[in-house]
Amino acid sequence: MTERIRLVVDGKPTLLDADPALPLLYALRSELGLNNPKFGCGLAQCGACTVHVDGQPTRSCVMPVGAVRGKTITTIAGLGTPDQPHPLQAAYIAEQVPQCGYCLSGWMMTAAALLRDRPRPTDAQIREALAGLKCRCGTHMAILRAVKRAATS
Amino acid sequence: MNHASFTRRDVLKAGGALVVSFMMPGPVDTALGQTPTTIGSRPPLTPDELDSWVAVLPDGSVTAFFGKMDMGQGVDTAIGQIVADELDVAFDRVQVVMGDTAFTCNQGGASGSTGIQNGGVTLRYAAAEARRLLVERAAQRLAVPVEKLTVQDGVVSVIGDARRTASYGELIGGGHFHHKLDWNQKYGNPLLAKGQAAPKKPSDYTIVGKSIPQKIVTEKVYGTLRYVTDVKVDGMLHARIIRPPAAGCGPVAVDESSIAGIPGVRIVREKELVAVVAEHEWDAVRAATTLKVTWAPPRMPFPTMEKLYDHIREAKAIGRQVPIERGDAAAALKAASRVVEADYEWPFQSHASMGPACAVADVRADQATVWTGSQKPHYGRDGVAKLLGLPRERVRAIWVPGPGSYGRNDAGDAAMDAALLSRRVGQPVRVQYMRNDSTGWDPKGPAGVYRGRAGLDAQGNVVAYEFFGKGFTRQDVATNESDPKDTLAGQLTGFAPKPTLIFQVPAEAYDFPNKRCGWECIAPLLDRASPLRTGHLRDPLGPETHFASESFIDEVAHAAGADPVAFRLKYVRDPRHAAVIKAAAERARWSPRPSPNPRGGQGNLMVGRGFSYTERNGTIVAAVAEVEVDRRSGRVWAKKFTVAHDCGLIINPKGLELTIEGNVVMAVSRTLFEEVAFDHDQVLSVDWTSYPILEIQDAPEQIDIVLINRPEKAATGAGEPATRTVPAAIANAIFDATGVRIRRVPITPARVRAALARV
Repeated sequence: MTERIRLVVDGKPTLLDADPALPLLYALRSELGLNNPKFGCGLAQCGACTVHVDGQPTRSCVMPVGAVRGKTITTIAGLGTPDQPHPLQAAYIAEQVPQCGYCLSGWMMTAAALLRDRPRPTDAQIREALAGLKCRCGTHMAILRAVKRAATS
Repeated sequence: MNHASFTRRDVLKAGGALVVSFMMPGPVDTALGQTPTTIGSRPPLTPDELDSWVAVLPDGSVTAFFGKMDMGQGVDTAIGQIVADELDVAFDRVQVVMGDTAFTCNQGGASGSTGIQNGGVTLRYAAAEARRLLVERAAQRLAVPVEKLTVQDGVVSVIGDARRTASYGELIGGGHFHHKLDWNQKYGNPLLAKGQAAPKKPSDYTIVGKSIPQKIVTEKVYGTLRYVTDVKVDGMLHARIIRPPAAGCGPVAVDESSIAGIPGVRIVREKELVAVVAEHEWDAVRAATTLKVTWAPPRMPFPTMEKLYDHIREAKAIGRQVPIERGDAAAALKAASRVVEADYEWPFQSHASMGPACAVADVRADQATVWTGSQKPHYGRDGVAKLLGLPRERVRAIWVPGPGSYGRNDAGDAAMDAALLSRRVGQPVRVQYMRNDSTGWDPKGPAGVYRGRAGLDAQGNVVAYEFFGKGFTRQDVATNESDPKDTLAGQLTGFAPKPTLIFQVPAEAYDFPNKRCGWECIAPLLDRASPLRTGHLRDPLGPETHFASESFIDEVAHAAGADPVAFRLKYVRDPRHAAVIKAAAERARWSPRPSPNPRGGQGNLMVGRGFSYTERNGTIVAAVAEVEVDRRSGRVWAKKFTVAHDCGLIINPKGLELTIEGNVVMAVSRTLFEEVAFDHDQVLSVDWTSYPILEIQDAPEQIDIVLINRPEKAATGAGEPATRTVPAAIANAIFDATGVRIRRVPITPARVRAALARV
């Protein structure tokens, strides 16, 4: 059952031995020891587990690791660093967006893909792109401000 | 300021010597990585010791020990500002430690928006006292009277001779004050300890009042912050709990062979609690869904959802209070020329925290450590000690940021489950709930019904006002997990629950001549381990009660033919309350007229505005909601809010604004979307599809906030007060837009369509 699977995770080539049916979220957290992304629902309903798979925002809690063999995985830790922040990270800090912060992977990874594909989105386009994500603390106003700030930075 | 995920290793790094020490033996502490070493004798961790609150490290930086909690709104930043200001040190030289029972006194955890209101008071006194003692030491060392000394950035210097200095680091760095405070002998929210020093006058603050950003935000945004879900302990096993398919049913038989295909899984059964424990997390998840358990037959403890409010109205009241009674409302109602009367209904709601709760426990023969996301770790420690039969001193609870917390959610249950399982398997155990465990089984915000009655005289003046709520107690489980009886693990293993009967009356300043407000509580639907057990959810019974009371005031204003703002101001004579009402109305450019909006109902999109005003524990909030109602779909968009907010002295304006925004958005969610679904024997709201909350399409376009700063008034809370103001503002705006009054939450499109169809 266990197979050797090759991934690139946050820029690092990585090998792991796992059941291909294991959800990518558990592969990243349990096998590779990453703390992002988060388990929120296990049902692809909230976004807390979102990573980029070859640049596409993906709910890792329902994605079998066997389906992403050889692909490039990026978490929010791979978006940027304090020395070289992604514009969204800089904007999130400037706007002081997160409260509990547990939902961040969903919003930031989805918005990062939006801004890459559509660098100057309208308010309606931002809302449409971020549909389906959850934030229980109600930081939505700050999220909108941060995405707009990142878009104009 | 450094954030509080503070370890002894951090102290060593930060200060070069260990100034905080404690008596817990080492082995339980593997997750923190450092064997405790004691340097010097630190006094016991009791509230009457100054060293329990403030430490100066050898480099002169300051550590404040905060016994309340921050859940993301930046309370710890505000505490750092308060301490830095009182001690005259730079803000960046203060770190706030919280959430670890080995380092902090029990100030009640996050509770009732009192982090600054109560918790900050003792920290302010302690910091002021520490400054006083340090200046006294400097006076001795420099041989000048204290009056000749000034302090800047932690350096005491002689006024007029700036070369003569003594830094805090030189004066005490790494040592202890060994100085007693005057402590009121209370723990929790009422804890108060004072020294002799008088804190600064508000006019002398230089750090309090500034919008200093939260440092921890950076760790969150770069993905480096460790949450409770990320705690790893050597030898740790992963557990999942098996909840019954029908409420109140215990396990009859467990078929171990059903998970034979998943190696290394152990089934733990203790009385009515069933769990699986495995070395690998995914194996525990798979085993939990695969395990075959035979449960006792369903008991059908719940009414159907359609009958819920009938049940509440008809059920026997087992608790009753009339906290507000002025004049003779009954007689005045009889004598009134007109009586306005209305009923309102609010459903069960879930915390639906962003992630299901998680906890790690390491239980040894004579001691235990628990890592918890609970907002009240001190009480969690007490509960685990009681569950395990250990003295409290032998249990340490360490808070690690959790997946959101707005009251008594599932975090306390997870900590107790982890402790119970760790004791059984003899290894550290990590429990993380699945989504259905969290939304389905967390303590719920109580459902209730509310009735307002008002008597008007011939001129439209209110001569009588009566308001009664009836529903499930807000404390079927207590506000914290200090007793196993208030957790699922406790209730499933023989700790008998004992609910406290407590409900709510409106908090406002309407000066009606005859006024009577009270409540009744009814018995829980299921006496223990109920997925509908009720507990504290952000602003407990605040949005529920004030949805009703502030909708009702609007209905009375309508009956009197009055403008809703002018009507409120006519009866609110307290000038501070009136100022908040006026501030919201002015900022929103409120032009006086009665509702409904004569120009609201044209076309498919109807527009209206609604007003609401409430008080909570000293904080006064008024809000104007501007809504769009889509006649065809029934969708309500709460497009704009204008919020005026007076919580006395403001410590951090930007943090306060963000906190108010969160209150407003979460309250919009609760008003328009949230309702726990259930049938005769189970809760049907188990995920984000069956328990929808607001998504970003429905977030407002704008939340305009008017902060009213009153430096001369004590700081009161902000974590919850705006929440209760929102629901009625929306309902009143819907009435303004459509002429239709909706008295049941959530105000879903289907309910709006049905209400519009009845007109």
